[in-house]
Amino acid sequence: MHNEADTISATGQGQDAVDVRFDVELVAVTKRYGTTVAVDRVSLRIPRASYCCLLGPSGCGKTSTLRMIAGHEVVSDGDILIRGSNVTDLPPVRRGTAMMFQNYALFPHLTCIDNVAFSLKMRGTGKAERHARAREFLALVHMQDFADRLPSQLSGGQQQRVALARALITQPRVLLLDEPLSALDPFLRGRVREELKRLQRELGITFIHVTHSQDEAMALADLMVVMDHGHIRQAGPPREVFERPANSFVARFIGGHNILSSGGKAIAVRADRCRLGAAGDGPHVSGRVAAVEYQGTTVRVAFETAAGEDASVLLPDNVFFAKPVRPGDAATLVWSDQDAHALAGT
Amino acid sequence: MMGAIGTRSRDPREKRPWTFYALASLCGLFLLFLYGPMLVVYLLSFQGPNGGVTFPMVGFSLTWFRDIFEPGQMANIPVAFGRSLALAGVVSLLTIVISVAAGLGFRRPFPGSGVIFYLAVASLVMPSLLVGFGVGLGFQFFDWQPDLFTSALAAQLTWTLPFGLFAMFAVFNRFNRSYEEAATDLGASAWQRLVHVTLPILLPGIIGVGLGAFTLSYDEFARTTLVIGTRNTLPLEIYALVSSSSSPTLFAIGTLTTAVSFLVIGVAITVILRMQRRRAANAQRS
Repeated sequence: MHNEADTISATGQGQDAVDVRFDVELVAVTKRYGTTVAVDRVSLRIPRASYCCLLGPSGCGKTSTLRMIAGHEVVSDGDILIRGSNVTDLPPVRRGTAMMFQNYALFPHLTCIDNVAFSLKMRGTGKAERHARAREFLALVHMQDFADRLPSQLSGGQQQRVALARALITQPRVLLLDEPLSALDPFLRGRVREELKRLQRELGITFIHVTHSQDEAMALADLMVVMDHGHIRQAGPPREVFERPANSFVARFIGGHNILSSGGKAIAVRADRCRLGAAGDGPHVSGRVAAVEYQGTTVRVAFETAAGEDASVLLPDNVFFAKPVRPGDAATLVWSDQDAHALAGT
Repeated sequence: MMGAIGTRSRDPREKRPWTFYALASLCGLFLLFLYGPMLVVYLLSFQGPNGGVTFPMVGFSLTWFRDIFEPGQMANIPVAFGRSLALAGVVSLLTIVISVAAGLGFRRPFPGSGVIFYLAVASLVMPSLLVGFGVGLGFQFFDWQPDLFTSALAAQLTWTLPFGLFAMFAVFNRFNRSYEEAATDLGASAWQRLVHVTLPILLPGIIGVGLGAFTLSYDEFARTTLVIGTRNTLPLEIYALVSSSSSPTLFAIGTLTTAVSFLVIGVAITVILRMQRRRAANAQRS
């Protein structure tokens, strides 16, 4: 096993043409299940040591993509490169990846320390040595005090840390996380999110994180990849994606946007950049107030245009209460041209 | 979850419909019907030395138990009992090995898997006497001597294997494959994955299948009777006694074999509990 790790790094150094700017490259990767195409010629380059989030609704192909990178799913077509070497046909252990499963998949019959030391045991590392190593990695995730517990004796958040330590002990170049926060309660989710980001920065490796939550992706990602129907709809830094959604699917999926038509073309305007005003204030659409939701610092006014389209206006609470509206009131939604962003396609 | 629902106390003002009492009485009658005859047998096995096979009890003694171990008509009972235990052990071991392997194999459909599955199921609905008869005929055709660990073993496996296969399907159904993927991800070979992850996680289910096969074999009669050869198992020996004599000794045998069954189950449960407790104890030792 040590030899195999060496061969991977040797090929990495040996080939001059290897582009080391990227940790992961997908080249027209396709996954077919029978006649259905789950992932359709997806190409993506993930720069070194970045936090990448694959984001999309269920069935968009994000998990299949992750599992192909991990080697748990056969690639129907295309190539996967990790640090420049083609791993498309390699087994998971020889790819330099490690995966953290959605339900963590901690072995229920093994204590935490034996779970973490599992990969070393498979390589034939002696008990004393592998336990010492496992303790180091348990300490990395602040779980050293739980070394002799069984997974069933831990909370969800603790199980997740152990799963993380178990994946990291293989010293992967790329850590793959399948919906890592979905099993946690909202409070814990925020804390674990911060911790994942900290670990990624400290370890200096690439994390690929699959999620259906745009909040999660925006909070974590250096590179946010929005997928739908087996295609990448947009990939870029979260701020770029949020400020300039490429098409109406992205605008709708990441939320916070109104999709309006202006001069026969679809445009996106952020809900917090819209106002309730009068026709003379600039570009506008008239309609009526459908609902009002108080959200603390903001008030969301649900708006229905005369054409029957839904939109919303996020108003700071002081602005709203200075001139409140009620459901059923006639109103005009206005925005300024500089906030409008043209969308490609539908 | 189930416990929470079960222990939720009923509001005293919540009235039960009459059907509750009707069905509860039916259930009570069923239990009486199920266990009544057995209780009678257990009680009568302690019949006094001058009593018969029916009530009333004439005193209370262990005479009939002693009778089993006396030389004479009952001489074959302890030997037959030993044979039954040995055969049941072998049957249960083979059932475990074969049905675990089959369970692993059937997780992914392969060409002909449907046919093989239905062939296995069909053997469950086959009249048991005919299966035994067939095995016996086969042995005769090849001029093999029917015996305990050849023909009887084969006949019993036709019964325990489909059962074991079904049980293993249920066990594997609840098995989350991501455990195996995690093992692969962590560098385990197929063999390491089986030994270090799959089998340990499935162990309680596998022990269950073994116990089931053991009890099925231990009291099997119809399939075994035509192929046993010269060395009887316990059920066959008892049947021979029933047709030739009737004394409370038969009841004593029934009580004793029941006690043995409970002993086997008790030992198995103790072993499983010990295993769990040792794991928990190890886990607490932090």
